[in-house]
Amino acid sequence: MGGKNVHVVITNDGTILVKTETFSGIKKGEAAEQTYEKALKQGKLKQQDVARAVATGSSGKLVTFVDGVIPDASAAVKGVMKLIPSARTIIDVGAEEGKVMKISPQGKVLDFAINERCAAGTGTFVETMARVLEIPVEDIGKLSLTSTRSIPMNAQCAVFAETEIVSLIHQKVPKHDIARAVHDAIASRIGSLIRTVGQEDDIVMIGGLARNIGFTESLKRDIGAEVKVPDDPDYVSAFGAAVAATAGVI
Amino acid sequence: MVKAKKIEYWRWPGGAWSNPDIDWQKRKFVTAGIDVGSVSSQAVLMVDGQLSSYSSTRTGYDSTKSAWTAMNMALNESNLKVDNIDYCIGTGYGRVNVPFAQQTITEITCHARGANFMYGPEIRTVLDTGGQDCKAIRCDERGKVTKFVMNDKCAAGTGRGMEVFADLIGVPVWEIGPRSFQIDKEPEMISSTCVVFAKSEVIGLLQEGRPENEIMAAYCAAMAHRITELLNRLGIEEKFAITGGIAKNEGVVKRLEKETKVKAMKTEWYDPNMRDKGLPFDTQIAGAIGAALFAFDMLESGKAKSIRKA
Repeated sequence: MGGKNVHVVITNDGTILVKTETFSGIKKGEAAEQTYEKALKQGKLKQQDVARAVATGSSGKLVTFVDGVIPDASAAVKGVMKLIPSARTIIDVGAEEGKVMKISPQGKVLDFAINERCAAGTGTFVETMARVLEIPVEDIGKLSLTSTRSIPMNAQCAVFAETEIVSLIHQKVPKHDIARAVHDAIASRIGSLIRTVGQEDDIVMIGGLARNIGFTESLKRDIGAEVKVPDDPDYVSAFGAAVAATAGVI
Repeated sequence: MVKAKKIEYWRWPGGAWSNPDIDWQKRKFVTAGIDVGSVSSQAVLMVDGQLSSYSSTRTGYDSTKSAWTAMNMALNESNLKVDNIDYCIGTGYGRVNVPFAQQTITEITCHARGANFMYGPEIRTVLDTGGQDCKAIRCDERGKVTKFVMNDKCAAGTGRGMEVFADLIGVPVWEIGPRSFQIDKEPEMISSTCVVFAKSEVIGLLQEGRPENEIMAAYCAAMAHRITELLNRLGIEEKFAITGGIAKNEGVVKRLEKETKVKAMKTEWYDPNMRDKGLPFDTQIAGAIGAALFAFDMLESGKAKSIRKA
């Protein structure tokens, strides 16, 4: 249950059977129900086929039909540890928040940094700037890879950055260079979150922003380290909740 | 078919004003102050330290052009020419882009000086609510800055934040203050600090069918709260005044007064020498006034030479 989307994962003995997502809109609780039903239908399953359901995310408490709710940090750790057990630093950036966790080999959270108050450093920042650039958000990552020039952005705030980007467009700065500037700006915000907890290999990134290759490249440059991204990074927390459901520890 | 023009609800009216009783021909010095902000630009012309004319306009993408626009508006209003100016000082975010200024001074220094002129020497705390920043300034009886805190990183609590909201809710920016009081009960303030997240919150409230005026009240209250946090970092010493664009929004000002328990000096200011004439003033020109006053000081003290050509 993220700031923007609902992700549902149904697993059998740790293997993903179904995964689906929808835009959660304003009525997040209802969206959760609909997405769950959609997932069941997709997997040709009935409600009673599901032994245990666990919700997570910033609005996980709005899900009424589950057996339990776990914090998003714990779901992220569970999901990542199952997929990439060597992970020691987890970066999870979604639509409306970003967090970094340093974990022990046993998956215990040792340190934690979060930004949930400011759109700079979240997926919303990229979406807003893609809209200003009139580029589909799915394409902005690839586009920025073609840039060879780094232009520093003055604005941190998403509102001010919009104005700055409009003026860069007026100055005829190529869109791929602006796209890179956007990713560099957000990477430097996430980079400073990482520096507050201290980075340790392997660094794994999940959440919707991890799908953006332009961003992950900027982040690698910013922190000077490799960043691993599992398949379907935006489903990892939902998968982590399924891991918790399988284990029965809620 | 007539194509509907997109209404720009954020757009506030600019303009120019001049004092018809000042005869610049008899002057010793005409000084100019120009404040090129990130959102708006103001020009002030002073004749021997008296306010002669001013203008206020939007800053475009080219700040040099905006500086010229503001200056020409003020000059036209008082039938002056740029060659009549003895000395000009630029201030504000875009102060380095004022080609006709002989010197630049930071806006914080200028705002304190301008507020001292506008509100009188008893002013001790000035809140300057800019387009893309917000500054709380403490000053002495000469308008000299003794301490300040500022937010220039985040749109929450800035004029731009209010413009974004006006555009979203579809209400002209100057109507938001008055309408925010046309409510039955003061609502809970918008909980998101970030303007981008606040936008989603407002959309949610609109979809729930909450009255627009109530949402305006909730937004004004959040903004007042955000600014209060900044003021608390500095500590308010009376007397207290607000300059900048948000000073014109009573929806924010009154809620700020309530939260800080401090009254802001009347937002309608009168030139002490023309008090009885009730000349209006614009809270956005404090920085440019300060700059023009510093220009006058420079000439009077002989620290600068007049560059007057005509």
